[in-house]
Amino acid sequence: MDLYLPIAEMSVNAFVIIALGGVVGFLSGMFGVGGGFLTTPLLIFYGIPPAIAVASSATQVTGSSVSGALSYFRRGQVDLKMGAVLVAGGLMGSVAGSFLFRWLKSLGQVDVTIGLIYVLFLGTVGALMLKEALADLRRRKAGHTAERPARRHHPLVAALPMRMRFPKSGVYLSPLAPFLVGAGVGVLTVIMGVGGGFIMVPAMLYLLGMAAGVVVGTSLFQIVFVTAVATLLHATQSQSVDILLAALLLAGGVVGAQFGARAAQRLPAERLRLFLALLVLAVAVRLAVGLTWTPAELFSIQAAVS
Amino acid sequence: MRGVLVFLGLRPTRGRACGLRPFVGFFGLRPVVGLLLLMLLGTPAAAQPRLITDLSQSRIDISYRFAGAELLIFGAVQYPGGRAPATPPGIAVVLRGPMERLTVRRKARVAGIWINTQALRFESAPGFYAVATTRPVRDLLDERNAAIYELGLRHLQLSPATAADPETTTQFQDGLVKLRASEGLYVEQPYGVQVTDNVLYRARIPIPSAVPVGNYQAEIYLIDGDGKGGGKVRARTTAPVIIDKTGFERGIYVFAHEHSLLYGLVAVALALALGWAAGTIGQRREG
Repeated sequence: MDLYLPIAEMSVNAFVIIALGGVVGFLSGMFGVGGGFLTTPLLIFYGIPPAIAVASSATQVTGSSVSGALSYFRRGQVDLKMGAVLVAGGLMGSVAGSFLFRWLKSLGQVDVTIGLIYVLFLGTVGALMLKEALADLRRRKAGHTAERPARRHHPLVAALPMRMRFPKSGVYLSPLAPFLVGAGVGVLTVIMGVGGGFIMVPAMLYLLGMAAGVVVGTSLFQIVFVTAVATLLHATQSQSVDILLAALLLAGGVVGAQFGARAAQRLPAERLRLFLALLVLAVAVRLAVGLTWTPAELFSIQAAVS
Repeated sequence: MRGVLVFLGLRPTRGRACGLRPFVGFFGLRPVVGLLLLMLLGTPAAAQPRLITDLSQSRIDISYRFAGAELLIFGAVQYPGGRAPATPPGIAVVLRGPMERLTVRRKARVAGIWINTQALRFESAPGFYAVATTRPVRDLLDERNAAIYELGLRHLQLSPATAADPETTTQFQDGLVKLRASEGLYVEQPYGVQVTDNVLYRARIPIPSAVPVGNYQAEIYLIDGDGKGGGKVRARTTAPVIIDKTGFERGIYVFAHEHSLLYGLVAVALALALGWAAGTIGQRREG
């Protein structure tokens, strides 16, 4: 069924977009990630203008994160104090990101920057996850119980001033550290249309040394707020949020997420982590190939900013 | 310049009726009479064929089901004395969209990755341009006339605004045209005009779904000549076409642009509501 998108100003096959949302939703339900890092590249690949893809993907992440955030909240697995600091950082970051985005656009380097950031982050995070998942599997095969390394935050974080207690996360550190983490993720949210969970969760675990139980819930809490603000920024600054596109993605996404969550219950956790690592790495490799291979079309057109 | 040529050479009646009236008050009557005489001498008005034209739609509405359209431009050539020539006339049909300013960038490999390195600004590129002709443009007109009337993708006057050597400018123009052609926004149909009995003509212009909205103009040219190039434009007529969003699509677009903050809030609320509803339903099914 053809549907004309009023903001993207093009006709798309509604079923393809819903299916795309469904696949991303399935994966995000299965792995507990927002899935923005898949939505944006897939939409651009389908032919949606990058700016619209980024903005509408941020809107979709809001929707796909809210039910998760609520259920973690009900189970008491959200550190509100830490979450507030992360959100504050995220707001700063998203405003800074929107200026950065405009500056890159005027230089004509948006696409390549997004591509490079993706390759860098997804490549690093994917490689780390793969390493850990493989080590985990090997340990399990050898019959050892998984020995967790002692939880502690990075020495750089410990050096920051004004330390305070975050009892729920079980850390005593300067709020500047989570603020900066939130700000970095906020920049990425605005520029790339991702929630940033795939960066925030490792950062919370290994950089801040937060208790594992509250990490995912607190990250989702931050994502809901920051992606909502990103949507507002895109809507007011460049009118690039396509509400119809976001609704289609969500329609597929929410259904896919339910199936994904059920599938996840049947698979062992370490196998899941391995799959997610491979998926993240595959996206990184695909994007790296796109950056380095000679493109079929060397020219690109950008309408003058009026 | 083009407008003046057309007025003086081809449309004397319209020129006399409205175009020259301001000159009467400003210069007095005598120069105007002289100008009129010059025009009458220069163009034997009675011997000119005329073009009559109509469109399948003068307004193309983009609704939620819009997936592209086809505009039929048709009409007849009215020959003086009603005598149709023995050979089919040369006809060119152009549909031209709103002009826009844009930047074309070219990628080059820097340290292994492809990034935009060179950019060229163009002041007047049509957002949509389609030309259909009875024969390839080069068989109808010489280079100079094709450039004057902007007939054919090679003859678009894109007004490059960045200083660059001619070779680079040409490469960028070709890049722009090729890219737009692959999106269906620039179309050239060398045998796209059908002529019946040497009098009736019709052309179908395909319009893709990604067409920009705005005021369009359909232009029809009657070109005589031997079919080896070097013909002359004998008559020209235009008809306006409007392409615009309607209904729901237009509502959303206007809402997004005029109340952008509210629009953003609605988008967020929609996302939250859908996500929350799905979560609740999912929980109920599990529990």
